[in-house]
Amino acid sequence: MRRGRITPLAIFAGLYLIFLYAPIILLPMFAFNDGTIIAFPLQGFTTRWFVDLLNTPALHAATGNSLIIACSVAVLATCLGLFAARAVTRYDFPLKGGILGFIMLPLVLPEVIVAISLLVVLMQLGLNASIYTIILGHTLLCMPFAIAILQGSFAGLDQSLEEAAIDLGETRAGAFRLIILPLVTPGIIASMLICFIISLDEFIIAFFLSGNEPTLPVYLWGQLRFPARLPVVMALGTILVALSITLLLIANYFRRRGLARTGQQDSGGFL
Amino acid sequence: MSDTSSNAPLIQMRDVQKYYGTYHALRGITAEIGEGEFFSLLGPSGCGKTTLLRAIAGFEDISGGTITLGGKNMAGVPPNRRPTNMVFQSYAIFPHLSVSQNVGFGLRKSSLKPADKTRAIGAALEMVGLGHLGNRAAHALSGGQRQRVALARALILKPKVLLLDEPLSALDRKMREEMQVELIKLQREVGITFILVTHDQEEALVMSDRIAVMFEGEIAQLADPEVLYRRPATKRVADFIGVMNFLPALADGNGIEVMGLGRAEVDPSQVPGGAVSGACSVGMRPETLSILYDGEMTRARETTAMVEEVVYYGDMTYYDVTLDGASAPVRISMRNMVGREVLSVGMQTRVSWDPRAMVVFPD
Repeated sequence: MRRGRITPLAIFAGLYLIFLYAPIILLPMFAFNDGTIIAFPLQGFTTRWFVDLLNTPALHAATGNSLIIACSVAVLATCLGLFAARAVTRYDFPLKGGILGFIMLPLVLPEVIVAISLLVVLMQLGLNASIYTIILGHTLLCMPFAIAILQGSFAGLDQSLEEAAIDLGETRAGAFRLIILPLVTPGIIASMLICFIISLDEFIIAFFLSGNEPTLPVYLWGQLRFPARLPVVMALGTILVALSITLLLIANYFRRRGLARTGQQDSGGFL
Repeated sequence: MSDTSSNAPLIQMRDVQKYYGTYHALRGITAEIGEGEFFSLLGPSGCGKTTLLRAIAGFEDISGGTITLGGKNMAGVPPNRRPTNMVFQSYAIFPHLSVSQNVGFGLRKSSLKPADKTRAIGAALEMVGLGHLGNRAAHALSGGQRQRVALARALILKPKVLLLDEPLSALDRKMREEMQVELIKLQREVGITFILVTHDQEEALVMSDRIAVMFEGEIAQLADPEVLYRRPATKRVADFIGVMNFLPALADGNGIEVMGLGRAEVDPSQVPGGAVSGACSVGMRPETLSILYDGEMTRARETTAMVEEVVYYGDMTYYDVTLDGASAPVRISMRNMVGREVLSVGMQTRVSWDPRAMVVFPD
């Protein structure tokens, strides 16, 4: 195919991208629009919706909740994923495939079902819905992503590296700390960033398990009842989208660096 | 260096057994390896040679028997406390460290002063011909360079034994032949015991003082390269090392009757399994048979044959010929020389052979 020629395939790809991203582009357009009605034509440029965000205490509380949850989930899911990924890549044990399959299952289970089941379990246990229950739910949800990313990091490691370090006088712990950990660090960072974004953006589980401590998406949903608040929601949405894209790019950068370090080919996205 | 008397072998293996579940990987390995010896473990994949090497290094616990190193039983001694160092098949160069950091890794726990460590690293790199590459990132090295780094890294700790797990298999042919020579030189220079695992019989013959040929977890023959090649202990060893023609034969009290060659007397040393009677096989290397050109005479014996196949290698030509009275062809290798034209398929020729080159195996 010669460069610069417009083929049917290129047109298809263009339409596809417009379909994917047009709604997201509308978000910043109305966030900076000087009018309370979400409709064309645009009224003029303003930043007052962003200023409004600063003056909403309930929003700040929700943001605080979301950050606490997202950070905890990032650490928890990545730690658990680290164990699982190392076990899967380094050792053989009975039912390995089955166990891994069950861990990965939340990826494809309908989230509503997971959320309702979690709620039922919590009620049976007599636990109140709170930030902590959301952390548990999100950890469950993020584990498959963490494992998928970290498995990639571990799978590329030559098993002899660890043995070579031991052969040269290190203990097992020393070999892990000096050789394995530095080599999987990019994977760990990528996993934490991805889990952070997933938790920050997640709505259904948070909605079911949040009680009176809403997360950012739950708060946003609540605001939709007030038409006058819509532009503020748009402003907040704009910030969230920008943040998510930034974190994703950083995560991907670390994942690639990890691959380069262990001398592997990049096989595309991480999921 | 050694705390035992100097004539005791450095490594003693007695009836070493290894099971993986029900799989019997090592079946009673008994061998001794001397100080300063270049020793090879040779065999096809799955014969247990790598398992044995890893057992000596301490990466595999053995299920039975003993391995002593410098007079000390190694049972329960972890790899980081053994006076052995290993060059891994993949070289296992730490990709996030520089060449110097890789080579100096083993010195982390030593009490040397930093300046002495730097000197030791420089000397080790110099020894493998990489003195100028200390600051290079490890992942920017070529295959041959990686192997040299792995060697320097293992030798810097001055082990009593250097273990090499198929170190040349990842290199291309030319590089491999160069490294073979370099490894031999290096071993003479440092004077320590090298144990090499390889599936390449040529490599083992070129490099080793002694070779243990292993099949299915057992040592089939332990000998120096020449004995291994000229007097293989079993048909299987003979077949594994180089090319061997097997001719059907019949042994009786006075000698053997070889199909296609005729009657021959053999010395007891040519019958590695002890006396043979009845149906047996006679092994002959391709270079012990030769084509006789017009007018050439031989002091050995001669017979006639027909050329079935010709494979021309430049310096050598391989002929597959069917000896008159035989059913299957035998291979003859001839050095190409001026005045010896290459025969073509279908030609009749005379073949000379010497009964002293025969090895007799029971069927």
